Amino acid sequence: MPKEQANWSPYDNNGGSCFAVAGADYCVIAADTRMSTGYNILTRDTQKSVNYKCVMASSGFQADVKALQKHLAARHLIYQHQHNKQMSCPAMAQLLSNTLYYKRFFPYYSFNVLGGLDNEGKGCVFTYDAVGSYEKVGYSSQGSGSTLIMPFLDNQLKSPSPLLLPARDAVTPLAEAEAIDLVKTVFASASERDIYTGDKLEIVVINADGIRREYMDLRKD
Amino acid sequence: MNFMASKQPENSLLGPESDSQRTLYPYVTGTSVVALKYKDGILMAADMGGSYGSTLRYKSVERMKPIGKHSLLGASGEISDFQEILRYLDELILYDNMWDDGNSLGPKEVHNYLTRVMYNRRNKFNPLWNSLVLGGVKNGQKYLGTVSMIGVNFEDNHVATGFGNHLARPILRQEWHENLSFEDGVRLLEKCMRVLLYRDRSAVNKLQIAKITEDGVTISQPYSLKTYWEFSAFENPAQGAIGSW
Repeated sequence: MPKEQANWSPYDNNGGSCFAVAGADYCVIAADTRMSTGYNILTRDTQKSVNYKCVMASSGFQADVKALQKHLAARHLIYQHQHNKQMSCPAMAQLLSNTLYYKRFFPYYSFNVLGGLDNEGKGCVFTYDAVGSYEKVGYSSQGSGSTLIMPFLDNQLKSPSPLLLPARDAVTPLAEAEAIDLVKTVFASASERDIYTGDKLEIVVINADGIRREYMDLRKD
Repeated sequence: MNFMASKQPENSLLGPESDSQRTLYPYVTGTSVVALKYKDGILMAADMGGSYGSTLRYKSVERMKPIGKHSLLGASGEISDFQEILRYLDELILYDNMWDDGNSLGPKEVHNYLTRVMYNRRNKFNPLWNSLVLGGVKNGQKYLGTVSMIGVNFEDNHVATGFGNHLARPILRQEWHENLSFEDGVRLLEKCMRVLLYRDRSAVNKLQIAKITEDGVTISQPYSLKTYWEFSAFENPAQGAIGSW
């Protein structure tokens, strides 16, 4: 008997882009707020970022993204009960990697960037693939617009090679306001050419004073 | 030669017996549901058709049902799966009532529950073949959300399923605004349903409009929309060209 083919896919790509950049004493994480399927826009106003002490922005299949965020929120709460403090950024980074790899053979279709301040107050950004391989970097973008955003970032924020000895700092020398400006420019450009990126941009800034949110309108077409 | 073959328990999803237990395709289906937020709450519309492939088999299917005190659920897709979901929600509301603590599940909670049910079924490769719309009001807060058969969920000021996404959402994006009056909301929904009636071949001209406010749920009696077929371009379509146009 010939094997029956499935006529539905458990995955869908809901599009969108996300991006994070680390500075000397701040971290900026941004994601657009558009959710699409195929050539349709489902909603122009969804939230792709979630914050604890660090902020995770994700794009990909929204049901998996939300399930992943829920899972991490539950683990974070348990951690707070057991250790009487919030999870640090490097700790959350490892937890996210392990959570993703746990579903290695039925992955969370979620492409994430995690941004925050490390124990010394310096910005750090971690970038992931769908099954949890991760790396600490100075900046990164994921999602449908990442192919447009990443080369521009490489040009503007060129990090020293991680192979150099002694190890050089990956964080950008830009000031916070300049970094935010860069984020806005980058997303405005990505919206021009990526059909899945647009509507509104949500920018989250983490620094010594805490976490704050900003919004900027993007092209709606 | 019969070695000790590994025996599956009767309800396993592995092995040759499994396919008959999983939803592979929908059989009796409902078409679009459209809903929007208005001044006092949520308005939702759905027609009463249950199609069996291309046959219009059932013409009095109620695809919108009140859930508890604060929510209204509309569904498109497989009707039997919708009835199964209503059974799950019955049990959920029952347990909620049995606490008898003055608290009751609001639309956010019901939407969250439905999202988890749909997502978990998708994870087991045995989905409930529906797109659900969940609207409600609790303590003055209006809520309108949707969840699909693979668990994709979000909330917005106006939502639609199936063909409604293609035909109704653009109209809603153009004409919806905050604090619509009841009459304006109904007029807007009827405009969307009329376009669906003209252009969706599985739509039927027998619909209900449901309203949910802080005071509760009202589902209208079934009625029909007025349609106009006398456009001159449709008159005598074969003129000048033999066969169909």
